[in-house]
Amino acid sequence: MGSTSAENNSPEGVGRRDLIKRSAALGLITVPTMSFLSACASGGGDDDNSGDKGTGKTSKDNPFGVKKGNGKLDVVVFKGGYGDDYAKAWEAAFDKKWGSKSAHTGTQEITGKLQPRFNGGNPPDIVDDSGAQQIKLDVLYKNGQLLDLAAVLDAPSIDDPSKKVRDTLIPGTLDPGLQGGKVVALNYIYTVWGLWYSGKLFKEKGWEVPKTWDDFLAICKDAKSQGVGGLAHQGKYPYYINVAIMDLIAKQGGLDAMKAIDNLDPKAFVGSDAAKAAIEAVYEVVEKGYLMAGTNGLTHTESQTRWNQYKAAFITCGSWLENEQLKQTPADFDMKFMPMPSLPGDKLPFEAIRAGSGEPFIIPAKAANLPEAQEFMRSMLSKEWSTLFAQKANSLTILKDGVSDGVQLRPGTQSTVEASKAAGSNSFNYLYPNWYSEMDVSIQNASNELMSKRIQPKEWLKRAQAAVDKAAKDPASKKNHRD
Amino acid sequence: MRKGQNRFVAGFLLAPLALYLIFVIWPYLQTIGYSFTDWKGQSQSFSFVGLDNYKALFQDDVFLQAIWHNILFLVFIPVITILLALFFAFMVNAGGRGGAGGVQGVAGSRFYKIVYFFPQVLSLAIVAVLFGALYRSDSGGLLNGLLIKLGLVDGNNPIEWMNEPDLVLWCLMAVVVWHGVGFYLVLFSAAMQSIPKDIYEAALLDGASRTHTFFRVTLPLLWDTVQTAWVYLGIIAMDMFVLVSTMTQGTGYGGGPDHHSEVMANVMMRNFLYFGKSGYACAMGVVMLLLTLILSVVTLRATRRERIEF
Repeated sequence: MGSTSAENNSPEGVGRRDLIKRSAALGLITVPTMSFLSACASGGGDDDNSGDKGTGKTSKDNPFGVKKGNGKLDVVVFKGGYGDDYAKAWEAAFDKKWGSKSAHTGTQEITGKLQPRFNGGNPPDIVDDSGAQQIKLDVLYKNGQLLDLAAVLDAPSIDDPSKKVRDTLIPGTLDPGLQGGKVVALNYIYTVWGLWYSGKLFKEKGWEVPKTWDDFLAICKDAKSQGVGGLAHQGKYPYYINVAIMDLIAKQGGLDAMKAIDNLDPKAFVGSDAAKAAIEAVYEVVEKGYLMAGTNGLTHTESQTRWNQYKAAFITCGSWLENEQLKQTPADFDMKFMPMPSLPGDKLPFEAIRAGSGEPFIIPAKAANLPEAQEFMRSMLSKEWSTLFAQKANSLTILKDGVSDGVQLRPGTQSTVEASKAAGSNSFNYLYPNWYSEMDVSIQNASNELMSKRIQPKEWLKRAQAAVDKAAKDPASKKNHRD
Repeated sequence: MRKGQNRFVAGFLLAPLALYLIFVIWPYLQTIGYSFTDWKGQSQSFSFVGLDNYKALFQDDVFLQAIWHNILFLVFIPVITILLALFFAFMVNAGGRGGAGGVQGVAGSRFYKIVYFFPQVLSLAIVAVLFGALYRSDSGGLLNGLLIKLGLVDGNNPIEWMNEPDLVLWCLMAVVVWHGVGFYLVLFSAAMQSIPKDIYEAALLDGASRTHTFFRVTLPLLWDTVQTAWVYLGIIAMDMFVLVSTMTQGTGYGGGPDHHSEVMANVMMRNFLYFGKSGYACAMGVVMLLLTLILSVVTLRATRRERIEF
């Protein structure tokens, strides 16, 4: 005889069904919070600084006093579009020179692997803190986990000991690593942002690189009439279209318009003519139906692959695009980069581009082997290691003229080299995404709404300004300022 | 024998209990502790801020919206899943034409049982990828491709399923229901098979229709199982993290477009890891805990029924 009773007073204790129900009820409480809680549980780390062993003697060749033989180095790199072969090659070179033993970790789960170690006070010695699961730099900085890299940057360069390391780098590339006025992250890869197109498609259709927004719209129109989308963007992640919008603002209003946003000006968006002109220009693309069909909902790979299949004339992206799309790009695609087209009355010329650096390498302030880590970073900024990187990861580094002769570059990368030469000193780069993650995400959300035609430019400006004003309320924001 | 029993039982329970205390209860307590601080997540330095996090929480539109979405899921996911599973289970077990052999399922019921269970075998991550391809926002998506071929949707203007504020929650719900129905079908089937056949036969002899047998015989005798299913589906509805964070629009664990698919878990994760507001996120965790606690008590109370012996 069975029973479906909810109450069970029998002396045998808990009935089977009751047990199931109770454990289910318990599970109801446990499961949703479990994954979160396990991430939160701290190991009660001690905050002792175990670094600064400084055992070796310092000299001009060895400014941090790395001791030869039996040194150790714990390297963690993000294993994404650039792979991690370059890091293995570096470690081998480092171990050979110093007789040390490097531990290598290549992973996409930076947060998962490193958060417990930062909290526990035993972080690795050098980290490439990148990718979707990076630990945000403003967060690490606010927690006092990042070493000020001034010592590395002021050390003599390996290639030319008469120069400081910082003087051998492309100007402005250290800026994205600034937190509270100090360089705490070395953004190693030289990156430019703008529009991309297929040289082959343009030749076929007889299109010229559009220098003005009107020309750009004309190509979009022509493309649309031939069944090709105009502009593609990676809609699921509004980061990409947001870059394009912000670049238009900077080119229209000059560096002042850009700094107004980074410095959380109360008139950064609402009341800024540059912002108004830029967002209205982008909205024109939406309104006239020049977006690639469905692009607002596509992931970056879906969208970029569609573009590789000649379904759109342009796509927004940074210079990692070529590497990311290696397998999807047809052999004769002839990938090309171009700056954002000019709006009427732009303060910066057409050639001006957002140029900067990505792939932040950090040295944790509590690293166990600080001298080794600093020496490793100094070596990264040598021509030898920079060339190793270009060979293994098909990308440029922030080292000026950092690739040895005879290294062949792919067409897209080659076109970025030319574009950045043409831009000369007309380059700019926003810092707010590294300073104010929350504001960045809010503006991205607004951009997504605009691209989906659910809000108008006026509303976008209001929402972007609201995000800026909110960030300005945080007392911590006072520490960040650019001139 | 009776005397030493408690100690004997405790001896066996000691190890699991210790594990439970260390890995479940202690993190709970830590979270509650952290929720009163301004902890930023990446070091052990923080200061005590009292109830500030909780005060901020109830002015946080995004989080309040997320609670609302969880409540919507909580209402619809269990109802739809259980109704579908019950219907299928009944058809598979007792819905066939009553012949000389008495009560049986519809033709091919064993085949259906296996097919319905398929989705349960897939992990949620794979399901998310599958449905990503289904909901894809251009002609490459299964739904859009089909609708465009049928001429119901303009190829230049496809439906961006996950980018439509009015559709996104329903799209997510469909995934959960598709994934869950098979499991509850099997669960209900097992329970139905333990119902003695003679009750059905008696009902049939009295001239009860299929609908009557279902509501008068099957459902009352399945009530305990339905109740359990409700609690399990409640767990899923309160969570939803995997699907929202992988399938929906937006930077930092999805939740878009424009917060229209936020649930508590992904708002919490975004604040915890992406914005570095970890103390604040812990406060969200505590609120989630309280809400689920209330939910489980209410569910168990509300579904209580008098005993039926069989």
